[in-house]
Amino acid sequence: MESTSLIAETAARILRHHCDPQTLNSCAGDDWQGPAWAALEAAGLPLAWVPEHLGGAGVGLEDGFGLLSLAGRYAVPLPLAETLLAGWLLARGEIAVPPGMLTCAPTRRGDKLRLAAEGTLSGRLRAVPFAKIAKHLAVLAQREDGKGDAIALIELAKVRVADGRSIAGEALNTVSLEAVQPVATRDAPAGLDAESLLAMGAAARAMQMSGALAAVLDIAVAYANERVAFERPIAKFQAVQHNLARLAGEAAAAMAAAGSAANAMASAGAAPRLATPDFDAALFLEVAAAKIRVGEAAGVGAGIAHQVLGAIGFTREHVLHRFTQRLWAWRDDFDNESAWAVRLGTLIAARGSEGLWPLLASR
Amino acid sequence: MGGALTFDPIRLPAECDRLRHEVRAFLDEEVAAGSYDPQEPGNDHGFSPAFSRKVGAKGWIGMTWPKQYGGHERSFLERYVVTEEFRVANAPVRLHFVADRQSGPVLLKYANERIKQDVLPRICRGEVCFAIGMSEPGSGSDLFAASTRASKSKGGWLVNGTKVWTSNAHHADYLIGLFRTSPATKDNRRHGLTQFLVDMKTPGIIVNPIYQMTGQHDFNEVVFQDAFMPDDHVLGEVDGAWKQATSELAYERSGPERFLETFYVLQELVRVLGANPDVRGAEGLGRLVAQVHALRRMSVSVAGMLHAGKEPVVEAAIVKDVGTIWEQALPHRARELAAFVEEGASNRATFEEQLRFATLIAPKLTIQGGTTEILRGIIARGLGLR
Repeated sequence: MESTSLIAETAARILRHHCDPQTLNSCAGDDWQGPAWAALEAAGLPLAWVPEHLGGAGVGLEDGFGLLSLAGRYAVPLPLAETLLAGWLLARGEIAVPPGMLTCAPTRRGDKLRLAAEGTLSGRLRAVPFAKIAKHLAVLAQREDGKGDAIALIELAKVRVADGRSIAGEALNTVSLEAVQPVATRDAPAGLDAESLLAMGAAARAMQMSGALAAVLDIAVAYANERVAFERPIAKFQAVQHNLARLAGEAAAAMAAAGSAANAMASAGAAPRLATPDFDAALFLEVAAAKIRVGEAAGVGAGIAHQVLGAIGFTREHVLHRFTQRLWAWRDDFDNESAWAVRLGTLIAARGSEGLWPLLASR
Repeated sequence: MGGALTFDPIRLPAECDRLRHEVRAFLDEEVAAGSYDPQEPGNDHGFSPAFSRKVGAKGWIGMTWPKQYGGHERSFLERYVVTEEFRVANAPVRLHFVADRQSGPVLLKYANERIKQDVLPRICRGEVCFAIGMSEPGSGSDLFAASTRASKSKGGWLVNGTKVWTSNAHHADYLIGLFRTSPATKDNRRHGLTQFLVDMKTPGIIVNPIYQMTGQHDFNEVVFQDAFMPDDHVLGEVDGAWKQATSELAYERSGPERFLETFYVLQELVRVLGANPDVRGAEGLGRLVAQVHALRRMSVSVAGMLHAGKEPVVEAAIVKDVGTIWEQALPHRARELAAFVEEGASNRATFEEQLRFATLIAPKLTIQGGTTEILRGIIARGLGLR
């Protein structure tokens, strides 16, 4: 395991070299993709959360979340988060993790995969990110015999992957399985269920989004200082300053909420207690609040940045859309802010008024 | 600059947990003994000499100050816990709160030894109330336009002029005032103002009430007519107050009181919505809880940085900007979310009453202690825009 700063430095070096937003924005095709992924893999980053004996780099959860925030700063258009999450899930089942791009599911509450007694998987999974380009899919499935959940590894070439794209233009696919034989299946450890994967996914997206919002703030501030109108940089106009101050407030809220949730998930360790018998309400609050608040910040923040950049920010040529479109897309992955808010509100109401402040203060 | 903003996930240390339970036990006892009603946030304007003395006796005023001045040398994070627990419980801390938060620290830094020995221990015992004399009829957000004059005379200064919107002045034993001792210079319009410790019993000081639209009497007009300030009541450098004002503001701006002022409305909303709210109520409630959680995590993060000796000026201004906007919007949002709740909800009357009070005080939240516009100017400067 490498030190925190070494991982961050390595990642920053690779992302600067292979995933510079301006450079990628000018690329016609996706020839850059192979070398970029190869460099990330060579540094062990996509499988950071997989222990060494299962083929990964064995990096701690917190460092992995840090990596995702950095990836957000570059609006990395690769399944880095998805591969990290899939590796994390497979490792919980002690399943050896294959190289190459991975993705994971379910990413929506309510989607269910059934594991039949003879070991085949069936079901429909909505909105699986990068399913069209990834090689393998890691899933949580419910055993039809009612004996709990299982973790499985599926070869994507063997299942039906519908065409589909996110608002950012990235592959986002419905995956349909009919009695599919997985590469490997293991029992999920006690307490780990679809809710745990959803929480990890939400925390991961929140970190990517907070990174992207920090980048959007930088882009908008730099542009306001450069762009001259009425004979001075628009940064000198109070109306623009106040819009950017609001954007900073949204970016700050996103940073704080996402960082806090990632830290909470990292502290929860291998088995976040989000299943019914042993429910950790504080951990749920952290993750739900992050996905909600970061999602809200993404909407407001992207809107302000576009307003500050005016027409140029609306062009394909400028990099701003690489960030704002992903912010909009990521809001919906691993459930959107409305879905999380209903769950959180329901929990708070059920616990009652007296329980609200002690829960908040426990964080 | 986005990269330069820092909000690390600070967790309060274990000693804060023990203290929190002590504070809650104390507050429970006080409520049980009838010393105040937590359901009435506006009650007695939160001013209670008896309560403040008990808080002082507990060692919860001047917590971070040196023991030689009556302080308790505890951490800034411990003070944070006490502040938020008192705020959420609607405890009547008005008498000592300003002294504890900002006047005491100013004295610690700039007052002479005799005054520190005299005043600080009394603040710590919860005996003295402070007011802040900054705004004037012609100078609000623009502090450096202050024109209340302090003219040199034998052994001290004679003050003439008027301060306004001075909260607590009618209760205050002391006021920290900002007076003009010299004209501004051409190259520095902030030059020429001096901070003074004002004993409110000084002859020549008249306090006139200004009633608020809530019907409450909180702020005042304070008129100075040849009021004499001894030389040793000058705080810091003559003409140099502008150098002294900035660093304390991070403490003043980022505390839990900057987003929890109307928190009781949220608690009462949970009660009025009941255990099984419909999807609209649940979503609205979930968003509000997510927002206040995020604010608290931002605020604790700034507290952690202050504790570590850093000066997160921009982060603190952001907490106050986002926090006061949120606490101001909260009563309006709660009103919308409760719109379809049956008349029969058991706490409907309490909820309505608290909503009324919070709605009435809400406009001041983005004005007091630095307006939204001033804060956004500070944030913009921090971002490198000005």
